[in-house]
Amino acid sequence: MVVSATSRPGGGRGSGDPGGPPPPSGAGRGRATARLSVRLRRLGLPYLLILPALLLELLVHLIPMVIGIGMSFIKLTQFFIRNWSAAPFAGWSNYHLAVDFNGPVGRALLHSFFVTVTFTVITVALSWFLGMAGAVLMQGEFRGRGFLRALFLVPYALPVYAGVITWSFLLQRESGLINHVLVDQLHLFSDKPFWLIGQNSFFSIVVVSLWRWWPFAFLVLMAGLQNIPQDLYEASSIDGAGWMRQLRSVTLPMLRPVNQVLVLVLFLWTFNDFNTPYVLFGKTAPQEADLISIHIYQSSFVTWNFGTGSAMSVLLLLFLLLVTAVYLLITSRRRSDA
Amino acid sequence: MLTRKPYVFAVAGALMFAAAACGGSNDSSSSGSAGGGSGSITYWASNQGTSLESDKQILQPELDRFTKETGIKVNLEVVPWSDLLNRILAAATSGKGPDVVNIGNTWSASLQATGAFVPLDDTQLNALGGKARFLGPSLAATGAPGQPPVGAPLYSTAYALYYNKHMFKDAGIADPPKTWDELVADGKKLTKDGKWGLAVEGASVSENAHMIFTLGQQHGGDLFDSSGKSQFDSPANVAAVKQYLNFIASDKITNPSDAAYSNGTEALQDFIGGKAAMVMWQSASGTLKTGGMTPDDYGVAPIPLPDPSSGGKQVDSMVGGINISVFDSAANKDGALKFVKFMTSKQTQQDLNKAYGSLPTVTDAYDDPAFQTPEIKTYQQILGNTAAPLPQVANESQFETLVGNAMNQLFADAASGKPITDETVKAKLTEANQQMTN
Repeated sequence: MVVSATSRPGGGRGSGDPGGPPPPSGAGRGRATARLSVRLRRLGLPYLLILPALLLELLVHLIPMVIGIGMSFIKLTQFFIRNWSAAPFAGWSNYHLAVDFNGPVGRALLHSFFVTVTFTVITVALSWFLGMAGAVLMQGEFRGRGFLRALFLVPYALPVYAGVITWSFLLQRESGLINHVLVDQLHLFSDKPFWLIGQNSFFSIVVVSLWRWWPFAFLVLMAGLQNIPQDLYEASSIDGAGWMRQLRSVTLPMLRPVNQVLVLVLFLWTFNDFNTPYVLFGKTAPQEADLISIHIYQSSFVTWNFGTGSAMSVLLLLFLLLVTAVYLLITSRRRSDA
Repeated sequence: MLTRKPYVFAVAGALMFAAAACGGSNDSSSSGSAGGGSGSITYWASNQGTSLESDKQILQPELDRFTKETGIKVNLEVVPWSDLLNRILAAATSGKGPDVVNIGNTWSASLQATGAFVPLDDTQLNALGGKARFLGPSLAATGAPGQPPVGAPLYSTAYALYYNKHMFKDAGIADPPKTWDELVADGKKLTKDGKWGLAVEGASVSENAHMIFTLGQQHGGDLFDSSGKSQFDSPANVAAVKQYLNFIASDKITNPSDAAYSNGTEALQDFIGGKAAMVMWQSASGTLKTGGMTPDDYGVAPIPLPDPSSGGKQVDSMVGGINISVFDSAANKDGALKFVKFMTSKQTQQDLNKAYGSLPTVTDAYDDPAFQTPEIKTYQQILGNTAAPLPQVANESQFETLVGNAMNQLFADAASGKPITDETVKAKLTEANQQMTN
């Protein structure tokens, strides 16, 4: 690859160097080749310019994905991690195992999938709602606006680990601040509830995740609001539109392209989020909050069964691709209709 | 000339990229053992002390002594437990890792199956002083039976019962419990005024797995049958799990909050803080000392054994410990083996086990007065007589994860007052058993 990359432009330069003395015979042909090579160069230049980026893209994104898909078709356990080629071909058996919802592995995966979908829908909806509310309320000028804006963005700016580990301290049953307030101060419960195991763990992960993601929605929507021309609000208020009507007829329609991207990105990030549950619960999440990213991690790394884990990852990838495609199809069509 | 410039840049960029991509693999193979060469080795130590930094301070003088004796320089990295297995797996997969590494001895058979470590044959073991020099149970935890070990035992530990002498005295209890009935009865006396009899790490996968192994043995059960097939839901194992959960569920000698303890420090902190009077732990003396407790404050006794007539095995602990292994891909295998010999030598064993509060793995190191304390003597007795190694099977880590996880969920149920019956326990264990890919 290295040799061919250097020889091609080098050769072109030799035959078409305009600064060099013209060849003794066939000057016209020489000029024609020069012109051709110039045109070729013009055509090829853009491709050549993106070549490094393309190679990087292949290296960073595509190759690991292809390897992951390959892994899902072999029985890759601890016996073979040193020499993958020795791992027996598994065919579809890893996939069968993952989608056999009567078997224990498939059932656990399906459970985890439903937990994750519920978790994602709630988190995205609430994040969007809070972000929207925050952005709209912050739209007008008032004292302390800058401070509040900065404050709202803190969770997003904090390193995940620092933020989430603090939550896990707050949510401790015995010594956590939340139980201290709820039980010792407000006497809302007679017995201290658990927040990190059992039923409540689901609410804990939703709250922590919401805390982490809503500032992003806030940030994006705030930027989107800046782009709505002030005239629209003035014109609508002359027409007698109140605040609510303005929100419905000006703000929301104008934000539609922003929302389209925002909801999709929030959905994908929340669905795939590994850091938040991992820091909050550790390597093994409680069953009620068994999010799919942790579940797959456990199915591959903790139990040393990389083939099954890869098969699950591929299934997850396909699901997210499908959701994304359907979502984009629906939202773009609606936009072109409107 | 100007038009040509972008061209040149693009080509140069592509070339540099290609060179970097190709060169990457060459570079890393030589830097795999950071520093490479015959004069140095890379050593990944596990976190044995109170922090990674304290480990470095404890290990460095020994490493300096090794360099002085052999001329081989040691590049030390202390790897936290949460990363160690992943790092070893990555090193095994890529063939690029350190020369020498510490492993938890329960991983021995799993890692043996990867073939990533140098098996120690008789010649190599003789170079370390021969098999007889090592404690039998510790040596048994270096790989599957019948195969050459994939490491040498470095530090030994076992589970023992730590009890708070003052709290026992206040409750009018003279001696530590010798049977489980006594332990529960004592626990009930000690549970009052916001203090509890026994603290457990109810959400710690590994602690749960270790306890179920021990209690299962006591009920006469095995986690794997003779052919290596898992049988987590056997009646003996169900009884073991139930017994452990009942400390919270029916005996009520353990704080339900313990069901959420997962990071391997919380139960011990409760013990140090006087919130719990007993705790079953491995080599806790170092942490207890840091917490301000002296041997006057606490005592160490073996975990209760079953009545010999019950048919259960006389096992009160798993064989805990750390092994030291040499990577097959080591750039400096000779130096690595010399280092293993050094780490298992009498002097090093005495120095390091003294610092860590663990037990030497070699018999000749015990003549130091530091290993004549009642605590160490108790441990020595446990390791010598009543400890058994966890099943040395290739899918041991799968067992720990699945059973430990099932236990976490059951503990959560027990803590929230849901009934713990043979059926509920068996159902969870059956589920875990089915997920084993035998």
